[in-house]
Amino acid sequence: MKEINELNLPEDVKYTKDHEWAKAEGDTVTIGINDYAQDQLGEIVFVEMPAVGDSFSAEDEFGSVESVKAVSEMYMPVSGEILAVNEDLEDAPEKVNEDCYQSGWIIKIKASDLTEIDALMDKAAYLEMLKG
Amino acid sequence: MRYLPHTQEDIRNMLAVAGCSSLDDLFKTIPDAVKVKDGLNLPEPLSEWELNDHMENLASQNIACKGYTCLIGAGSYDHYIPAIIPYLVSRSEFATAYTPYQPEVSQGTLQGIYEFQTMVTDLLGMDIATASHYDCGTALAECALIALRKNRKADKIAVSDLVHPSHRQVIDTYLNPAGYEMVLIPHTRDGLTDMAALEAMDGIAGMAVQSPNFFGHIEDLAGFRKIADDKKCLFITSFTEALAWGLLKKPGSFGADLVAGEGQSLGIPKSFGGPGLGLLAGTSKLMRDLPGRLVGRTKDTNGQDGYVLTLSTREQHIRREKASSNICSNNGLNAMTAAMYLSTIGKIGIREIAQLNHDKAVYLKSVLTDAGFEPVFDQPFFNEFVMKAPENFKQKRTDLINRHCLFAGLDLAPYYPELTDHYLFCATEKVSKQQMDQLAKEVA
Amino acid sequence: MMTTQRPGTKGLIFNEPNVWDKSREGRCAISLPKPDVARTPLDDSLTGDAPELPQLSELDVVRHYTRLSQWNFGVDSGMYPLGSCTMKYNPKTNEVQAARQGFAGAHPLAGDDCSQGALRLMYDLEQYLAEITGFDAVTLQPAAGAHGELAGMLIIHAYHAKQGRQRSKILIPDTAHGTNPASATLCGYKSVNLKSGPKGILEPEAVAAIMDEETAGIMITNPNTLGLFEENIKEICEIVHAKGGLVYGDGANMNAIMGVVKPGKVGIDVLHLNLHKTFSTPHGGGGPGSGPVAVTKELMPFLPVPRVEKELDTFKFVTDCPDSIGRLHTFYGHFGVMVKAYAYILTMGAQGLLDVSRLAVLNANYIKESLKNTLNLPYDRPCMHECVFNDAKQQAHHITTMDMAKRLLDYGFHPPTVYFPLVVDGSFMVEPTETESKEDIDQFIDAVKAIAKEAETDPEKLTSAPVLPKVTRLDEVAAARKPCLRG
Repeated sequence: MKEINELNLPEDVKYTKDHEWAKAEGDTVTIGINDYAQDQLGEIVFVEMPAVGDSFSAEDEFGSVESVKAVSEMYMPVSGEILAVNEDLEDAPEKVNEDCYQSGWIIKIKASDLTEIDALMDKAAYLEMLKG
Repeated sequence: MRYLPHTQEDIRNMLAVAGCSSLDDLFKTIPDAVKVKDGLNLPEPLSEWELNDHMENLASQNIACKGYTCLIGAGSYDHYIPAIIPYLVSRSEFATAYTPYQPEVSQGTLQGIYEFQTMVTDLLGMDIATASHYDCGTALAECALIALRKNRKADKIAVSDLVHPSHRQVIDTYLNPAGYEMVLIPHTRDGLTDMAALEAMDGIAGMAVQSPNFFGHIEDLAGFRKIADDKKCLFITSFTEALAWGLLKKPGSFGADLVAGEGQSLGIPKSFGGPGLGLLAGTSKLMRDLPGRLVGRTKDTNGQDGYVLTLSTREQHIRREKASSNICSNNGLNAMTAAMYLSTIGKIGIREIAQLNHDKAVYLKSVLTDAGFEPVFDQPFFNEFVMKAPENFKQKRTDLINRHCLFAGLDLAPYYPELTDHYLFCATEKVSKQQMDQLAKEVA
Repeated sequence: MMTTQRPGTKGLIFNEPNVWDKSREGRCAISLPKPDVARTPLDDSLTGDAPELPQLSELDVVRHYTRLSQWNFGVDSGMYPLGSCTMKYNPKTNEVQAARQGFAGAHPLAGDDCSQGALRLMYDLEQYLAEITGFDAVTLQPAAGAHGELAGMLIIHAYHAKQGRQRSKILIPDTAHGTNPASATLCGYKSVNLKSGPKGILEPEAVAAIMDEETAGIMITNPNTLGLFEENIKEICEIVHAKGGLVYGDGANMNAIMGVVKPGKVGIDVLHLNLHKTFSTPHGGGGPGSGPVAVTKELMPFLPVPRVEKELDTFKFVTDCPDSIGRLHTFYGHFGVMVKAYAYILTMGAQGLLDVSRLAVLNANYIKESLKNTLNLPYDRPCMHECVFNDAKQQAHHITTMDMAKRLLDYGFHPPTVYFPLVVDGSFMVEPTETESKEDIDQFIDAVKAIAKEAETDPEKLTSAPVLPKVTRLDEVAAARKPCLRG
């Protein structure tokens, strides 16, 4: 497993305490799990995703990622309605391991309250949390 | 004691290593207040030959000891078991292994169960079959739970009242505490599940229909598929006689979402009702919703084919409180038995045995009709059917058991109170024309 | 001193394809009788094609399954120290007893009059299990351990319903069996995790702090999955009872305490047993098992139906039990398994069962003491029938518990349970059982020591293990990513 200083944590996304990342473009927010989460889980074999059109509040569980022997739930960084899910993951869940911020994204949502995103952590705050 | 290898010297040496002064001293962390003071009150131990006498004496108090003619089915069927089946399944490498958690030394069990899963999907025309359940009743209850998980807005399961009565009771036991409800679909005067009554039901997550049903009749599964589409609920079918699929159209061909069945007919002794074999099959779409173990094919580090337990994140020891099924150990050795049986009878044998079952049942029905029994329903059946008996039959039935060890039908009144004097008969390939003719003569 | 020979060696086994690859059109391994009644085809609209089953001769079938069996490891092949699974010797006489025509041929609906032998056996077995566990009544209906757990939870649920006020939570210690939370969920209870104390056992204060009148009860495994006896069991039961809760006991580890502790006498209200563990019935590569449930007098009305009752000297099934949780199995449970456990108890007797527990605990403590300088022992206390090590000492050489487990296969031993219990990182859980002799245990100890040495000097031997079995390590990730569940 990676040491904290080996983690890939881009500056242009926000982080949650449950190790998701979120990136806003207009009121569309793309969401995935971050490098720390994919590294902890190990080889991901399945991603359970919500249906397009479902709505969730911030911190609601919206899906899960599975390795061979573990399941980890994913929680909404911000409230909103599901616009798209990454269908490529159905056949290639390994993309979450290989490229969790680009081709390994999980959902895109239409945020209902963009101010919620400001409450998330930036890289520095997230690193602070990891170091405990 | 012949199972315990320790000599007195072994015990002394091992206690010394363990740092204990006596065997009792091993239990020093257990407070005295909770220790047994006066030993266990159990019978004196028996030698193997004393045990043989005792067990044969008990077994002889079951009428089955004499070898009997069994014209009862209702979920437990009297089929011929070829000698190679118990011989092979008794091999200790199969019988004395644990669940195959270490696949490198469990390839026999794993390939055997993978082949079982494949043969069950062929038998039922379904995409996926699990590595087994306890019995049909528990498999069917699990199917009901899947439907409720998939359709969270509904909290009811519609179940035909021609589903085996015990299976309905098991479903009820499983659903009740979580606040779900089982609603019964009544049957028509023709002995079939009442489609009109089902159509009138709302808010159901799934519907379960048994075919051949408890009266032995073949249900119109295509019709039920349509209703399930209208209601946007899962279509579950069940069966108690696995050999019917040697002859009948497979449940998968009607678009069943889930199939629960009893596989005891596939080489497994009746054994007073257990252990049998729960079969559970589903469509690919439901793969991750299926409870219980699944074996999958993969490669080893040398690129050689091998098998592992897979998709185990569905299972309760991993998903813990999020798992909503109840199975860990299944009926693996009986699944292996069924695979051996299906390999033995093969494509030719299953067709022939299924046809024989049907032929014998048709003959039995005709001789009983000639003997004064009333054929109650005019429906196609596989190897079970219902007859209304003449008034004096009850006594004659008891005499037949006592004098000829012949079980002539199951009294339906305890299950369907309106059906007094109605009996459910079953004929398998084991019953001869001579036995059926004798029965007809005795009851005429 | 490494003088003993390792049991595992190379040997000839056979390749064997999938059974359908051996199929040849026209073969059939069963001889069918000549039809003695007229052929009466069903209407074409009802019939379908025959299933595509393999077509083989009898020898084809025999050879196929014989070869498959040779790729398996069973208790009859070698030591199987799989923690929490009690892989003891399965006596062969038990198989003979269960196969008697009067038992194996019995139809479940033959009626009480024609089934007196089966009913008497079930009744007596219930009495024996009640005596061994110290409870008032037993049901034999649950088909396996998890099913027994469900039965127990349903009984607790039914009890609270009868009291007129359902509760919402259940306490589950971190040292309990992994299947416990799922069984609680099926009853609508929310699991509340309870941490064990620094000694690896539950502390009454921790239970008292969260036990309240919303909590239906607690699920305790005793001895727990660390192999330690819950010393405060009596006090904990009193705390739970004082708040109106019930105590569920997971009896999977009963093999440690037969004749030593009766769980029913220390405050536990409902307990399940595994006949395929403690009572020597074979596990069959994953079942069928049997998971009887024992209860106090107070909980008897809730037991599943049908019940076996005795009237003078005859036995009958009774279904008229209005408070019962209902039926859990199509018929009466796994009768064939019950016969084997019954034969075992009659063979052992009271002293025999006490000796079983004493020697199971002796074997485990002997292993614990013999290996505690080789493997890390997180809780160095007297253990019951199993002991839990981990890979802390081997991590320096980048060797994991899994590597050691796989290397044990090459030495001819089934590995212990690995990565369970979760409360210990990298756990390596050894349960030798009473039927292993000192020589076999010494061989196992020597093997673990030799492997620990290899971890330092030749770690490659571990990371590339096993090499002797039919296949090497299998790609479980590929199996789960692209499931191939049928041929």
